[in-house]
Amino acid sequence: MALLEVKDLEAQYGWTKVLHGISFDVEEGGITTILGANGAGKTTTLRAVCGMVKTRGEVRFDGRSITGRATEDVVRRGIAHVPEGRGTFVSLTVEENLRLGAYARGRGGSLAEDLEKAYRYFPVLAERRAQLAGTLSGGEQQMLAVARGLMLRPRLLLLDEPSLGLAPLVVREIFRIVRTINQEQRVSVLLVEQNAAIALRLADRAYLMETGRVVMSGSAADLREHDTVRRAYLGY
Amino acid sequence: MDILVQQIVSGLATGGIYGSVALALVMIYEATDIVNFAQGQMAVVSTYLAWSLLNAGMPYWAAFAATLLISFVGGVLLERTVIRPVEGAPVLTQVIVCIGLLVIFNSALGWIYSYVQKPFPSPFPERPLKVGNIYFGAHDIGALGITILVLIALYAFFRFTTLGLAMRAAAQNPVSSRLCGIRVGWMLAIGWGLASLIGAVAGLMVAPIVTLDPNMMAGILIYAFASATLGGFTSPGGAVLGGLIVGVVENLVGTYVRFIGTELKLTVALAVILIVLLVRPSGLFGRAAVHRV
Amino acid sequence: MPTRGLRAALMLIVLAAAATLPFVLSNFRLFQCAQVFIYAIALLGVNILIGFNGQFSLGHSAFYALGAYTSAIMIDRWSVPYGWTIPAAGVLCLVAGFLFGIPALRLEGLYLALATFALALAVPQILKYFEHWTGGSQGIVLSKPEAPAGLKLSADQWLYFLTLVVLLVLFLLARNLLAGRTGRAIVAIRDNPIAAQAMGVNTALYKSLTFGVSAAYTGIAGALSALVIAFVAPDAFDVFLSITFVTGIVIGGLASISGAIFGALFIQFVPNWAQDISKAAPWAIYGVFLIGFMYVMPYGIVGAMRLAARRFWRRAAEPSAAAARSRG
Repeated sequence: MALLEVKDLEAQYGWTKVLHGISFDVEEGGITTILGANGAGKTTTLRAVCGMVKTRGEVRFDGRSITGRATEDVVRRGIAHVPEGRGTFVSLTVEENLRLGAYARGRGGSLAEDLEKAYRYFPVLAERRAQLAGTLSGGEQQMLAVARGLMLRPRLLLLDEPSLGLAPLVVREIFRIVRTINQEQRVSVLLVEQNAAIALRLADRAYLMETGRVVMSGSAADLREHDTVRRAYLGY
Repeated sequence: MDILVQQIVSGLATGGIYGSVALALVMIYEATDIVNFAQGQMAVVSTYLAWSLLNAGMPYWAAFAATLLISFVGGVLLERTVIRPVEGAPVLTQVIVCIGLLVIFNSALGWIYSYVQKPFPSPFPERPLKVGNIYFGAHDIGALGITILVLIALYAFFRFTTLGLAMRAAAQNPVSSRLCGIRVGWMLAIGWGLASLIGAVAGLMVAPIVTLDPNMMAGILIYAFASATLGGFTSPGGAVLGGLIVGVVENLVGTYVRFIGTELKLTVALAVILIVLLVRPSGLFGRAAVHRV
Repeated sequence: MPTRGLRAALMLIVLAAAATLPFVLSNFRLFQCAQVFIYAIALLGVNILIGFNGQFSLGHSAFYALGAYTSAIMIDRWSVPYGWTIPAAGVLCLVAGFLFGIPALRLEGLYLALATFALALAVPQILKYFEHWTGGSQGIVLSKPEAPAGLKLSADQWLYFLTLVVLLVLFLLARNLLAGRTGRAIVAIRDNPIAAQAMGVNTALYKSLTFGVSAAYTGIAGALSALVIAFVAPDAFDVFLSITFVTGIVIGGLASISGAIFGALFIQFVPNWAQDISKAAPWAIYGVFLIGFMYVMPYGIVGAMRLAARRFWRRAAEPSAAAARSRG
């Protein structure tokens, strides 16, 4: 039984249907990535899992259904969502952002320990802990967003296009840290990315989406070698 | 010179009241983009409630505490029952709902209590305080003191508690707040509760000065708007400071400028609004709206 | 979707009905109808500015007052035939609105609302101050215009037709204005002013002009109201009137021309019904109506109608869409 099981998920914004019945799994401890071009419905998929859009179909987390549950409840079960565009609280300090990340996690474990852990993974945040989040650079804000997700002590981390708008070096650094977190903290990761090359290097499993449907799935290695994927998404 | 100091302190007292109502307005505006036109009227409801409790024989400070508590709960319930159904609707629709509340409260109060003005007791002694050569009204000092206490408590709540942090977050960025597991709807409700509580304090402090009637807060609401405009509608601290300034200016103008009668005193408030808007729309401390292209 | 022919036919039926009413209803009812038409004109003006152009004004009672007093003073002091006062009020308010629109360019949303709110608050006081012109608190009393010689209509019947015709003319004018390039520019400014500017729309000019046109409509409504009520006094033009206008357009439907009539019907009749229901606390009942309305129709009457129409046409289209899918 996978940690996250999604079956025949449909989603719409108002009158427009964006997901036409997709299915995928995220194994416990693994890193799964969903690839696709702009408009494929990747971000909508993450939003659908978190109950941020109208959905039909089935989403099961740790064996229990979370379809249609409110975002706040989904989060409280241990799913941290790092949204597209970071979603940082720009008028609050870095440390306040992190404290908010811990708002929903259960009792037990000290907040101070979790903060130290976050600063260990992202030393640059420690330097800026009293600064307003809005004054951070794009890369730093992305790190803050991931760290905030980590404060939840989640079992599953949803990452929505973390590479968007960031320099390649910064992206590589962030992905390295995500892999470390996955290995050390046993946090499963569902990564949504346009940058197929870097996503396939990080993930074990991969799915390819086109206009709201899953068109290919397999291990990341398989997709890397696949002709169509190579030509369309990896550029060679 | 003595009169000047006296008038300044007196102005600060009324200014504190304007600032409190302005603060309530700004709090709800920050969280919801709604200007709650019913804010003043809610304060009057609280004050009438206190009046009924006092009439029934309750000692002042007990009635004060009870009124604050009931006002808080009432504000929370109001948001959850009346405002919640239109939470996703356009802002103007929500504003109309607030206006509906305004007329309902005003009319209901008139019906239950009549429009006859009622005197309202002050918890502070009649005798003025003497500091040096200057006499200060005890109620003025007391009202100012209570207002400051409430504001400090509020500041501490928002700055140092987790719930306060969550509320600030929910006001700034509801989507991200949900992703942190914050129940944004309830944060809004608590915000309304606090605004209601602040309004109640303002009403209780102003009623002894102007006597109690259903339209008591109408003029004060306008001064509150002027205060919030001056201080900046996005700055809670600014709103309070704006209130203090407006209160002092109003008092000084009323004392020293001959031809300003009570009718035209209101014009002072309007002049403040218009001048601020022409010169610096975001107020003294407000954040100028940054437009992302 | 319903054809234009169907819509035109409906309009003609409604107009025909409207034309026969004066011979059926009592004078008082006709007076109320004229009032409704007048409010509809005012609401059209307010909606052009707020609904279509996104500039929020709580100060339109000022323009209504300007129109009303222009008409009253012209008739009372200068003995101008009442017919001329209507366009005069319109032109004066057009200019005044345009001039007000210029400093208003610097103000957004809430701040414009506050500035216009302050303006509206000041109007009754200003009117009372300039007693020599305005008659102070007593106001100006006018005599109700009689129907022109040759038409066998009572004053109320004549005023009914007059206001109806003015409404129709202004309605058509608004429709043409908003359907064309100007209308698109106006709406573009509301939705994304920076993009509009980048596309070459002179936002400053359009915004000020829209303010002017909006004020003109409201001013004409004011002038007509002076004729119909035959009386103007400062306290009738307070900020509450502005709030009533905004209520009217939200009820009718923002950014909708036909919504003006629904909004006008609401603000004219619902307060009366509220009073019938409860003598003691009529405004409480009105408030309940208001809130209930917003729950059921948050996008106004026209908004609800459009939603219902869309749902209806969708359901009608679905069987054929399903058939198409199974074929394809």
